[in-house]
Amino acid sequence: MEKRNLKGWLYLLPAIAFLGVFMVYPLIDVLIYSLEEGYNFASQTYQGVGLFNYSYVLHDPYFLQAVKNTFLLVVITVPLSTGIALLLSAGLSSIKPLRQAYQTIYFLPYVTNTLAVGLVFMILFKKTPYTDGFANLILSWFGSGPVDFIDGPYWAKMFVLCFYTIWVVMPFKVLILTSAMASVNQNYYNAAKIDGTSRFRIFTRITLPMISPTLFYLIITGFIGAFKAYSDAVALFGTDLNAAGMNTIVGYVYDMLYGNSGGYPSFASAAAIILFAIVLTITCINLLVSKKHVHYE
Amino acid sequence: MKVVLQDLTKTYPNRNKKAPGQVVAVNDFTMEIPDGKLIGLLGPSGCGKSTTLNLLSGLQKPTSGKIFFGDDDVTNLPAENRGVGLVFQNYALYPHLTVKQNITFPLENLKGANKLTKQQMLEKATAAAKLVQIEELMDRKPSELSGGQQQRVAIARALVKMPRILLLDEPLSNLDARLRLQTREELRRIQRETGITTIFVTHDQEEAMSISDQIVVMNAGVVQQIGAPQQVYDDPMNLFVAKFLGTPPINVFSGTVKDGMLYIGEDAVLPCKGLDNQPVTVGIRPEGFRLSKTGSLVCNLKGVEVMGRDISVVSTHPHCESGNIRSIIGAENAVDTGSATVRFDLNPKKVFVFHAESGSRLRCTLE
Repeated sequence: MEKRNLKGWLYLLPAIAFLGVFMVYPLIDVLIYSLEEGYNFASQTYQGVGLFNYSYVLHDPYFLQAVKNTFLLVVITVPLSTGIALLLSAGLSSIKPLRQAYQTIYFLPYVTNTLAVGLVFMILFKKTPYTDGFANLILSWFGSGPVDFIDGPYWAKMFVLCFYTIWVVMPFKVLILTSAMASVNQNYYNAAKIDGTSRFRIFTRITLPMISPTLFYLIITGFIGAFKAYSDAVALFGTDLNAAGMNTIVGYVYDMLYGNSGGYPSFASAAAIILFAIVLTITCINLLVSKKHVHYE
Repeated sequence: MKVVLQDLTKTYPNRNKKAPGQVVAVNDFTMEIPDGKLIGLLGPSGCGKSTTLNLLSGLQKPTSGKIFFGDDDVTNLPAENRGVGLVFQNYALYPHLTVKQNITFPLENLKGANKLTKQQMLEKATAAAKLVQIEELMDRKPSELSGGQQQRVAIARALVKMPRILLLDEPLSNLDARLRLQTREELRRIQRETGITTIFVTHDQEEAMSISDQIVVMNAGVVQQIGAPQQVYDDPMNLFVAKFLGTPPINVFSGTVKDGMLYIGEDAVLPCKGLDNQPVTVGIRPEGFRLSKTGSLVCNLKGVEVMGRDISVVSTHPHCESGNIRSIIGAENAVDTGSATVRFDLNPKKVFVFHAESGSRLRCTLE
């Protein structure tokens, strides 16, 4: 018995060592950093232990702006992207001709180079000496004045960020949802059809519950992904996100470590722990809500 | 509700694009199903019986021909407007809904003047559940039910909206042997109580024969014979029907008719009037054999299987086309198992003569 136990641990050793070094140790380290007050990078010394770092971060207007941006991004993009993906998938599932072609088109953004995507969004939204961008061209048809989407008002920048985020996460969601819908047994639809069920009711009462585990998975990963947003904002607004007023929580953590105002691992750690707490809370709420509405067979 | 099928044909384009022509699933099906009867559609897999059921339900459209429910032409009516109840082979119960929600589901679809209150729905669902005896399971999920219980729920769901006709696709195939026996009687009882014209599909001839008012034997999309089970069994129109009905199956021999006598090999088995001299195929039901020391049909004895009520004699004959000959005789008969041969007399009512090539029945008087 003893011997077999030892053997088991031996098998687990590579994974445990890897996870320990690259996951558990940094996690604990971050927690420790966040509690060390007045930490000095150069001398590796600190003055005391306490919650000052948290207090500082929570009173930092840049952090509050980042939290606001992140929450807006989450609240807008997760429901919208999931909803639109659901509609697109439902549409794709109900057409026969050209389904393959449409599926390919919807999947293209997923395999497209980020730089190329950035270029496309620049053409769409960026104001240059030569043009106001494609979005402004459309706006001008409706008689609206040009809006600077990249350096202009806050709502315009937030719109572009949300638009970009939704566009980027869409292909994956459509792919997952169409395959989930395809795996629903046709017999359920036939049974419902014979009982005279309307298409809308078939969708809400049969399709949705049947794909609810997949939908739930997408919502959870969507929330977590949106909370961790950073690179999208950089791609659109450059590296000085605080100046643009478009920073995110992860962006704030990065800036605190390496940015122009950087060199404060304690503040960065405190912000990271706060983000962790937020994501954990939201995920727990999601799990609780899902118990009632997600049907596992 | 009387149901009339008129020259019903369903063809599919051939999967293999290079092969010309079409696959005919149902070919020129004409039948009138009287009101309130239980009809069994019977045939081997791929014979078109399920397609026929789908045509009746409206899930598929016929290539040509017409379907009437009563006097209404429903050929082009979509499934949801036909008012049929369909029980699927795998039941297709919605797994996320309770039994009660499953049964009330069809009622919630009713619109306009037919719209029901929650109370009315519950009453109807309870009545349907009572009919199939599952009242105490109303709050369970389908995954918490046994196969037989699931099947009852499926029937209740099909019955709750009082369909004009009830269709069942292989209703007993997912049940174990004992439950199958019990459920088929149940099916008969439910059908009698509701009086709804019911059509069910099966590949199990025993199932079809035991509960149907009429059976329809199909093969390769073509109706072979329609009639009361006993009548079809006693008077098959062709070799296929004779072979398909009956357990153990009918014994098939190649024979000849010569000068008013039916021969199997050299054995002159029965006098046969009304047929010209020709090669024929002879079918003999297992119960058509009588042990006799002077019997005309001489077979090589292989063994005897005792089944209690009767015994099954297994023997061979050089002209038998269906492998071993199985004959069922009363248990009171003693078979000399030491003997190499066994001799039979034949019961002329259990012997059928078929055309050697087409397999269609040749009418003649056997004595």
